[in-house]
Amino acid sequence: MDKFTKITGVAAPMPLVNIDTDMIIPKQFLKTIKRSGLGKNLFDEMRFTQDGQEIPEFVLNQPAYRNAEIIVAGDNFGCGSSREHAPWALLDFGIRCVISTSFADIFYNNCFKNGILPIVMPPEVVEVLMEDSRKGANARITVDLENQTVTTSDGQSFPFEVDSFRKHCLLNGLDDIGLTLEKAASIDGFEKTAATLRPWV
Amino acid sequence: MTAPRTLYDKIWDDHVAHQAEDGTCLLYIDRHLVHEVTSPQAFEGLRMTGRTVRAPEKTIAVPDHNVPTTAGRDVHIDNEESRIQVDALDKNARDFKINYYPVSDIRQGIVHIVGPEQGWTLPGMTVVCGDSHTATHGAFGALAHGIGTSEVEHVLATQTLIQKKSKNMKVEITGSLRPGVTAKDITLSVIGAIGTAGGTGYVIEYCGQAIRELSMEGRMTVCNMAIEGGARAGLIAPDETTFAYVMGRPHAPKAAQWEAALAYWKTLYTDEGAHFDKVITLKGEDIAPVVTWGTSPEDVLPITGTVPAATDFTGGKVEAAQRSLDYMGLTPGQKLTDIKIDTVFIGSCTNGRIEDLRAAAAILKGKKVAPGMRAMVVPGSGLVRAQAEEEGLAQIFIDAGFEWRLAGCSMCLAMNPDQLSPGERCAATSNRNFEGRQGRGGRTHLLSPAMAAAAAVTGHLTDVREMMAETV
Repeated sequence: MDKFTKITGVAAPMPLVNIDTDMIIPKQFLKTIKRSGLGKNLFDEMRFTQDGQEIPEFVLNQPAYRNAEIIVAGDNFGCGSSREHAPWALLDFGIRCVISTSFADIFYNNCFKNGILPIVMPPEVVEVLMEDSRKGANARITVDLENQTVTTSDGQSFPFEVDSFRKHCLLNGLDDIGLTLEKAASIDGFEKTAATLRPWV
Repeated sequence: MTAPRTLYDKIWDDHVAHQAEDGTCLLYIDRHLVHEVTSPQAFEGLRMTGRTVRAPEKTIAVPDHNVPTTAGRDVHIDNEESRIQVDALDKNARDFKINYYPVSDIRQGIVHIVGPEQGWTLPGMTVVCGDSHTATHGAFGALAHGIGTSEVEHVLATQTLIQKKSKNMKVEITGSLRPGVTAKDITLSVIGAIGTAGGTGYVIEYCGQAIRELSMEGRMTVCNMAIEGGARAGLIAPDETTFAYVMGRPHAPKAAQWEAALAYWKTLYTDEGAHFDKVITLKGEDIAPVVTWGTSPEDVLPITGTVPAATDFTGGKVEAAQRSLDYMGLTPGQKLTDIKIDTVFIGSCTNGRIEDLRAAAAILKGKKVAPGMRAMVVPGSGLVRAQAEEEGLAQIFIDAGFEWRLAGCSMCLAMNPDQLSPGERCAATSNRNFEGRQGRGGRTHLLSPAMAAAAAVTGHLTDVREMMAETV
């Protein structure tokens, strides 16, 4: 997994609430056995017409936002299906951070496994960041994970909360399976005890 | 004396294999269900790192999402990408020696129907799957939730998940349901009440008389859609209904182990005085047959209602509601019962069980689908299908003009040949009405199997209670 420390980049405004993972990556693109190459189909049905033409109004098709690295989104981003293809598609497109008032649980977890930082901010802060992101490519937002701040193009800075373990893994690009396997003795111990208490499992 | 605990607290406490100082836990996983779409990258990850499956005996795989529901699929799947995914699952199940139900096996079906049917899902267990509707298994008093592919790999390799505990939420449905009102109406009404993010950060325990009065099939329908309310999981405390369902299933405990298990299962309830962070109460009598009008499962209204206007909402929902109205091709003020339907889909992990087929068949008996209606029943498993044939339900569907399909996820998510065309309007017993969910441009109205059957007959959304009155 790529490390996430600090990024400064263009933020795309997506104020729509309840952007679901079917919108982020429609089901026809889940028929892959790889993790890579999904960026071209990110937001496919919002971004392209049925015959594959770009829809010019869609934010990521606008010249200012084609290289966006951050999305500022409406409430409950990433709801619906558990498909990790959603963060894979975002990452492949170049998105490293999503900021919203709330995220669906599974999507939120999936982001951290892929080097994407989802940030929960209060509605009034999301509103400020949304306005800033509407300024386009010249307004670049800075996200600093080490110091847990988001800074607008005009220097307004807002703190955010993040779980300490997840922060540690993101900052260092750590593979959780490796970390968990270091605790194999605890898992062995649990299995032994459970086999006595609940042998039918 | 320990402090009073909720059902969720108890299951959680019994599965913590390791707890770090910051509260991050390794939660032990008792059952890991696997399907073809969200697992190939996880198995590939194991191979690349030289890791193996820690507990293959606790891992169960079945193809369901992208398999066709028509004959011949055990011989050949036309769509190459689907075939590659199913072949990959086949190979992974063999290479890693995990339990497997291929399409040629009568026990194949939707993973969330197969697990309980085979007795893999038991009260008090932790159950995960790379699928958000894993919440279904909560009906047994099992802590069950969906995970992403990286977590699938983590569970395969370690049989644990890195977790922090969620908050407790109680959803109580008091009293009894009125005739024509079903588990689907309960679960949709709860989502309508709390919103699709209302359960975010929580595990919901459903309780109350109306829940107790549900069959296991109904309870699975309720818990299945906990995720649609944003909750990590839904739970229902096990009781005699649960034990009766579980007893005798192929992987349920037997003899002395059954007695030991039963004694443990009977401790799985929320203690008097346990703390809930949020409590929602609905009266069973107040719940009507409902349908969704928009493109979010929270867009729920009683069938007697009318299509809302965007201005009926506030905040970010105004824009979302307008987008939904445009997408769904609906006019504010239009009666829901005036909405014409092109297609009816009965099936999915929400409503593809035997009781669902019985409810739909009861409405369809001796009737025909409306002219031009495309209607499809997709049983949730090969065994549900066989039972429905034995009970004569299949013939009722066929006589009414329904297609009688093989088991799979089918049109719920349209990863297989069963899809809507742009603008095609579907009454569906599935769980998501998102834009494009059933096919690009497809329009989905979620409802119960009985309501779906009623719509198939009349050709428009219909209050099933009127049709029941006719039958009586």
